[in-house]
Amino acid sequence: MKTTMAAAILCLLGAAGIAQAQDPDLARNLAATCANCHGTNGHSAGGMDSLAGEAPDRMMRKLMEFRSGERPATIMHQIAKGYTEDQLRLIAEFFAKQ
Amino acid sequence: MLNRREFVKSIGAMAASATALGAFATAQAQARGGAHVVVVGGGYGGATAAKYLRMWSNGAVRVTLVERERSFVSCPISNLVVAGVRQLDDITLSYDNLRSKWGVEIVTGEVVAIDVARRQMQLADGTTLNYDRAVLSPGIDFLPELIEGLAGNEELLPHAWKAGPQTALLRRQLEAMEPGGVFAIHIPGVPYRCPPGPYERACVAAHYLKTHKPGSKLILLDTNPDIQSKKGLFMTAFNELYSDVIEYRPSSTLRRVDAQARRLELEFDTLEADVVNVIPPMRAGRIVDQLGVPLVNDRWVDVEWLSLEVKGAPNVHVLGDALFPAPAMPKSGHMANQHAKVAAAAILNLLAGREPNPTPVVMNTCYSFVDDGSAMHVASVHQYDVEKQTFLAVEGSGGVSTAASHLEGQYALVWAKNVWADMLA
Repeated sequence: MKTTMAAAILCLLGAAGIAQAQDPDLARNLAATCANCHGTNGHSAGGMDSLAGEAPDRMMRKLMEFRSGERPATIMHQIAKGYTEDQLRLIAEFFAKQ
Repeated sequence: MLNRREFVKSIGAMAASATALGAFATAQAQARGGAHVVVVGGGYGGATAAKYLRMWSNGAVRVTLVERERSFVSCPISNLVVAGVRQLDDITLSYDNLRSKWGVEIVTGEVVAIDVARRQMQLADGTTLNYDRAVLSPGIDFLPELIEGLAGNEELLPHAWKAGPQTALLRRQLEAMEPGGVFAIHIPGVPYRCPPGPYERACVAAHYLKTHKPGSKLILLDTNPDIQSKKGLFMTAFNELYSDVIEYRPSSTLRRVDAQARRLELEFDTLEADVVNVIPPMRAGRIVDQLGVPLVNDRWVDVEWLSLEVKGAPNVHVLGDALFPAPAMPKSGHMANQHAKVAAAAILNLLAGREPNPTPVVMNTCYSFVDDGSAMHVASVHQYDVEKQTFLAVEGSGGVSTAASHLEGQYALVWAKNVWADMLA
């Protein structure tokens, strides 16, 4: 019981540590790596899908399908594999709000 | 691993130093009426940094961009100008939006001196600029003196490796060449700006020669022992599309040139050509010599990757091709744009008294054309590694096209349109 409690406290501390270590603008910064092709803040300058305003679940599903190779692509299957699932979720949530 | 006590202690210390730093930064900014960032160089790195500093600070940070030229001319897509598929106008863009839409103060001029201790820059016209933080995105400068006879002869033997008049010059020389002529391209040793660029140039120029100058040859002299990017794809293009035009000669170090005779002396061979494109060895843009820090291999700038702040030159951040790169990180316009965003985010944090984002990510995409419409890509994603204190390419991510295609040719042009807008619109 005591061990479980200690582990739980450590987990909480760990979580707090991560929360503290994470930059408040992390989602914005990650999403900015997409802008070269998809436009600043996801507003495409033409010829490429705009990501701004897309429902986060829908985008997350697409990104995970690119990542697994399930969804055919010329390049996105290679790019999506470079990001963690947590990072992709932050990116999807950021674009949804644009 | 930290134990719990050390962990709590280190967080406490971080918070304390951040607060002290914050108070100092705020006092400083207030005394100056808002922080001022001076960006030197309006290319893929500098223009992006200027825009994103204004956008992400909601206009709170004053940004001055110093650039020698009145308009931006893109190196990516410039090989299509050499091949006559696009015009120089198609790759020339204005800085007007940075001024009118984003409030960047644009100074057309050249920085000639930097006083790191005083946080001050001197322009060629005598103007002094004070900064809280400086961003240098100077690209590359050439080292023509490493090839005997080359220095001062860039009109006769154009490099066309900085887009603009040199691009147009090489185009004119190719157009003037008689059918059946010889076009030679020389590639310097790595690292150089845009690893796939010379091979792309060979392909699109060969396409032009094949269709407009029948019987012509293209000799590709590579200092390196092998093709440096998209090797399999370029080999396929050389062998399947241009076997009667391109002759690829690896490990061909250029020792000496006779510019008038357009004669090239290699280690074991001499050849003459009708049009010669010598891409000279290169180094970081010379303005970085003002920082008074040692360069890696006497050529490239060493930075802290979390902020792109120069090691040994506080408050100065360097981006793009001028950097000694992280492992497997290419010198590309796309990458310079990504550097700019990491630096912009870090600078805004530092000005606010916070640490830079500890988990930045950058990625690269680079398309190369093989003819007037088909292209192929290489892509990579690089995550910051805390232990190694650098960016590392993510294992299992990235890669190249299976084959060049018209679809990717379209994507290449769409990429250009969007990245130009991301930096300038």
